[in-house]
Amino acid sequence: MNVTKRTFDAVIVGAGGAGLRAAIQLSEAGLKTAVLSKVFPTRSHTVAAQGGVAASLGNSEEDHWHWHMYDTVKGSDWLGDQDAIEFMCKKANEVVIELEHYGMPFDRLDSGKIYQRPFGGHMSNFGEKPVRRSCAAADRTGHAMLHAMYQRNVKVNTQFFVEWMALDLIRDADGTVLGVTAMEMETGEVMILQAKATLFATGGGGRIFYSSTNAFINTGDGLGMAARAGIPLEDMEFWQFHPTGVAGAGVLITEGVRGEGGILRNSSGERFMERYAPNAKDLASRDVVSRAMATEIKEGRGCGPNKDYVQLDITHLPPETIMKRLPGIHEIALQFASIDALKEPIPVVPTAHYMMGGIPTNYSGRVVAPKGGDMSVPVPGLYAAGECACASVHGANRLGTNSLLDLLVFGKSAGESMVEDIKAMPGSHRDLPKGAADASLARLSRLESQKGGASVHETRLALQRNMQDHCGVFRFKDMLEKGVANILDIEQQVAQTEIKDKSKVWNTARMEALELDNLIEVAKATMVSANARLESRGAHVRNDCADSVEFPDGRNDKEWLKHTLWTRDGNRLEYKPVHLKPLTVDSIGLKKRAY
Amino acid sequence: MSTAGETGTMEVMEVMDKGRMRWHCRRGLLELDLVLTRFLDKHFDALDGDSLKALQELLAYDDTDLWPIISGRKDCEKPHLRGLIELLRAP
Ligand SMILES: Cc1cc2nc3c(=O)[nH]c(=O)nc-3n(C[C@H](O)[C@H](O)[C@H](O)COP(=O)(O)OP(=O)(O)OC[C@H]3O[C@@H](n4cnc5c(N)ncnc54)[C@H](O)[C@@H]3O)c2cc1C
Repeated sequence: MNVTKRTFDAVIVGAGGAGLRAAIQLSEAGLKTAVLSKVFPTRSHTVAAQGGVAASLGNSEEDHWHWHMYDTVKGSDWLGDQDAIEFMCKKANEVVIELEHYGMPFDRLDSGKIYQRPFGGHMSNFGEKPVRRSCAAADRTGHAMLHAMYQRNVKVNTQFFVEWMALDLIRDADGTVLGVTAMEMETGEVMILQAKATLFATGGGGRIFYSSTNAFINTGDGLGMAARAGIPLEDMEFWQFHPTGVAGAGVLITEGVRGEGGILRNSSGERFMERYAPNAKDLASRDVVSRAMATEIKEGRGCGPNKDYVQLDITHLPPETIMKRLPGIHEIALQFASIDALKEPIPVVPTAHYMMGGIPTNYSGRVVAPKGGDMSVPVPGLYAAGECACASVHGANRLGTNSLLDLLVFGKSAGESMVEDIKAMPGSHRDLPKGAADASLARLSRLESQKGGASVHETRLALQRNMQDHCGVFRFKDMLEKGVANILDIEQQVAQTEIKDKSKVWNTARMEALELDNLIEVAKATMVSANARLESRGAHVRNDCADSVEFPDGRNDKEWLKHTLWTRDGNRLEYKPVHLKPLTVDSIGLKKRAY
Repeated sequence: MSTAGETGTMEVMEVMDKGRMRWHCRRGLLELDLVLTRFLDKHFDALDGDSLKALQELLAYDDTDLWPIISGRKDCEKPHLRGLIELLRAP
């Protein structure tokens, strides 16, 4: 079949914060740059970020990138690569000021400098006391960032392909990446977008979990495409959870609700946090609360017909307090749990929020994979940045406000690497391999002709349930093993999904089936990597790897201070060392992560 | 009176617009994904031309403007969209 081809210097898949930042770099260098997005750029998930972006500007009090680096290494539970972390923290001021120049309306001090507020885990003087490091634009930081960078891109003539879905990566026999195949939703046509450099900036894959704070578009497409093209995924067992998402919906209920006196209860109405944290009770730290909730559910004390959530009770609080201090909560409970929170408790579960793992890159944004004994050899032509990439700066646990920083720093750095690499290449493009679009066309024609297959909705639900129940915020040995077996079964169903609507254009059912092909890769990588990591570290906590004298908090640096690499073919696992050596300063030595 | 050909074209037009609108209900904020999906399931097939136009108008809002309106924290400045917003809010 003849497939239309379009040719660019660079193709960027994703128009969230990371993709837009990289595109500025390329277009400003005069390179012909295409940016694809499933949705209008300013509707990318970056829009949801409110907390801000971290940079040690020191506008309100003394601060230093080295302190920020220390916090990030500690936050990562020492799994973050210290060269990449130094690089990011040092570059923070530069990228935030640049953003200001692009027109980002940051909150300001009277002096006119950017206003900064404190945020969990960000400290001064190597962990001494909280520091004001987060730069925000009211409660619309992500939104304002997207707008500022989109406008900048329009100015420098970046070509946007909006409502286009990238399907597969194109590699030649040497493994060099030559672009992607993509579908234009308006016509249903599949095309080849050929490029000298291809960047994945496709965001997170939080939709693998039944309860997720992520928008529906976060299906891990970049990870799916990379995995199908033989590129490994790094540290996929590490997912950050928030303790209180509305059960079945995922929408966040802020910590403030427990601060105002909200109480967590199990199926018999017991205030179970009294057993887990006799002093702090419901106000214990996020991970303690999440684990207690998961234990209640696992041990059969969950609520509802499936015993799969607990309840957040605010019915004892005066209605005036709720309406005044927690204005959004009543509406959220009404909209997403169909209950009146003044009269009934809100069903909640620990909810997946952020993906620390992803496509392995170095700090220049180049994708790296094992080759001939070397664990980190650049894959020619391929780059990744933002939540879909693993540089790795977040290691086993991300600090709040560090991900917006990650996408600015590594978006820019990937863009610079692409400019450099493209300029070093010969003028003409490498030849595409024969049948470059065959894999994508085969996926589509399979969907077209599938009979008697599974429904996309049901299969996705089974996948999400499996991940939530077997690989959630607190992990149990027997459940992990079962979860691996289940996900391999679900993979068989994914390969046979059937859609009833076969229309060519704007076919949401087809898009969802194609997204499910990506979700399954993210889910397998997560499940298999989590089952294999026999320690607790950061966000990966197992009941059979508990706190002990030999292994404080269950962390085993002797055997597990290493990155996981999962490869799709045979669900193979390999490991590579953590970069403990920073670029210029001394290594931040291993310690127990205590706050 | 319209010819069969014209009617045919019109039908295709409408299906296209509805499919596109359905995709435009995919948002950056989860809250909006959930509210809009619920709305599509319950009401989309029954919407008349004016309501469809109103929906299209509403979907053009930025996420950070649309959610405060739907969650009742802000009033919509366009009176002709208010009926639709009520439908969207109904749990
Ligand atoms: C509720 C919430 C609040 C948060 N708050 C903060 C905060 O305050 N501070 C902070 O630092 N972090 C925060 N985070 C995390 C942060 O927002 C994300 O990690 C970050 O925005 C991800 O940006 P990105 O550019 O990598 O991806 P996204 O913004 O998710 O963009 C992905 C892009 O890829 C496109 N895409 C995906 N697949 C395809 C495909 N197949 N074809 C074409 N295009 C595709 C999408 O259309 C989109 O344009 C928050 C996260 C959540 C869920």
